[in-house]
Amino acid sequence: MAEVVELGKVQVRSAVQPDAQPMIELRKVNKWFGALHVLRDVSLTVRERERVVVCGPSGSGKSTMIRCINRLETHQEGEIIVDGIKLTDDLRNIDAIRREVGMVFQSFNLFPHLTILENCTLAPIWVRKMPKKEAEELAMEFLTRVRIPEQAKKYPGQLSGGQQQRVAIARALCMRPKIMLFDEPTSALDPEMIKEVLDVMVELAESGMTMVVVTHEMGFARTVADRVVFMDRGEVVEVGPPKDFFGNPRSDRLRTFLSQILGH
Amino acid sequence: MTPPSAEAATLGSASAIDRRRPSFAIGPIAWLRANLFSSWLSTAVTLALAYVLVSWTLSFVNWAVVNAIWDVPGTGQQVDTSACRAARGEGACWALIGEKYRFILFGLYPFDEQWRPALVVVIFVALYVISAMRRFWRKELALIWLVALSVIGVLMWGGVFGLPAVEQERWGGLVITLILATFGIAFAFPLSILVALGRRQTSMPAVKALCVVYIELIRGVPLISLLFMASVMFPLFLPEGMNIDKLLRAQIAIILFAGAYLAEVVRGGLQAIPKGQYEAADALGLTYWQKTGLIILPQALKISIPPLVNTFIGMFKDTSLVLIIGIFDLLNTAKTSVIEPAWQGFGVEAYLFVAAIYFVFCFAMSKYSQDLERELDKGRKR
Repeated sequence: MAEVVELGKVQVRSAVQPDAQPMIELRKVNKWFGALHVLRDVSLTVRERERVVVCGPSGSGKSTMIRCINRLETHQEGEIIVDGIKLTDDLRNIDAIRREVGMVFQSFNLFPHLTILENCTLAPIWVRKMPKKEAEELAMEFLTRVRIPEQAKKYPGQLSGGQQQRVAIARALCMRPKIMLFDEPTSALDPEMIKEVLDVMVELAESGMTMVVVTHEMGFARTVADRVVFMDRGEVVEVGPPKDFFGNPRSDRLRTFLSQILGH
Repeated sequence: MTPPSAEAATLGSASAIDRRRPSFAIGPIAWLRANLFSSWLSTAVTLALAYVLVSWTLSFVNWAVVNAIWDVPGTGQQVDTSACRAARGEGACWALIGEKYRFILFGLYPFDEQWRPALVVVIFVALYVISAMRRFWRKELALIWLVALSVIGVLMWGGVFGLPAVEQERWGGLVITLILATFGIAFAFPLSILVALGRRQTSMPAVKALCVVYIELIRGVPLISLLFMASVMFPLFLPEGMNIDKLLRAQIAIILFAGAYLAEVVRGGLQAIPKGQYEAADALGLTYWQKTGLIILPQALKISIPPLVNTFIGMFKDTSLVLIIGIFDLLNTAKTSVIEPAWQGFGVEAYLFVAAIYFVFCFAMSKYSQDLERELDKGRKR
């Protein structure tokens, strides 16, 4: 099971303003894969600058849920509203949302035929219509922030997993998104590389980014999350601030999950 | 302080010095030993094959060089090929090539105007060379092609700039082969990409069905039958007085045929691209065509290079099937060159000549594709 990675004891201070607007709203979302009911009445609101960590056993629907937020999966019932735009079949809405929502995948999904720099400048140039030079400066800025500016001319295949995932984060940030989604960003990494990625994510949290993170890294959840969501069998079972979530779980399902993931 | 133990010393940095690979395992002698003379049996096989190889090579050199007839007296109708006939089976009659190479290369194109198809061949080769260089892979290349193909059209047809007009029926030889192959690939390849993409459109069932029907129908019949249809049946459906020339009809048949094959090759490449690449492109907000053109196709086509070039080479040679509908391509002019009574029976020489030409083009394609693959891999792998 996942080990708890030490990230320093200091809790990252919450950046949510009292009057913060909701950035993501899921209202009674239902989804089926064929006959399989994978999301059941999922409702969740993420406010501006809020950091939500989603955990749960595999097959609980947590990845499917965040993939619905930028329409990599389509839901069949309920409403999803992102940054005030309702997700429908309308391609313009989908494109508008995808421009504002960055995503980081478990398997990095860098473009292997492009250099690190080109990976980062592609979307700003083609989607945001940014001049190439400006896009490159922006990319170098973010590559510096994830601490790999010296790799800019290399190809993804020449980098370690941890470096690739940091590039993937920089690539998403180059679109200057309002929201960042992380789908198990450290699950495919060797243990010694997990920390370098989590450190970058903690820094991102400190900068006040709205984040939804699906992860098994409970240390990260403790340090960074405003709220932790527990999903099981397609349902949101429990939501709460990390102190209550870990210190005082109410449901049996969460207690069992926590004892499996933390206890040994 | 305790002195370091022997064990610690072997684990330390002193033991990390690389040892040289033992010398008996490298060098040409070691290679010969390992690969050709490793046992009695392999030594015997090596010697037997070496004997066969050497004796065949010697007899070929005897036939093709030592005993070959390079020149015969007379020319045209008055040619005297008795020397060649006397040497038959002993030496090649290269005099045939000297006498007929203009016909083999340019067919019935008016003799005094044959500098025009010759120039066209040069332009084609220059086009291939320029297109092969990666530093010319920019938008301007399309312009270069457009200009070059227009110049080729002007040169071949004439009728302007003081060039006498030459009707298409008189074109022949290498030019026809290059026209059919070049236009064939230039149109079939983009067509095949669209069809392959269309076949994967699950959200547009009509487009998908159309692509499937096209591929299965065209792939399901021999090229020869398509050529027959293009040359015999197709004109029946045209309105009275309208006529599309035979070469164009054959060209279209070849494009459609190659397009269906290439589409399946491209589809294979598309299927090899992981789902994550599509998702990453989607998540960044790229449109369908941006995603396809910038992310998916560059990767899919790269991994398809071996089967693509395989199909290109096959297609280059398949253009020779147009002889069946009476178009004088390179193979057909070679065949026709030995029809005259004086030259009958020297088909081997004529066919070897055109085989060498085909080989040069096909081998160049093959070699280039290997270099391209290597170059595209450079720096992208650990």
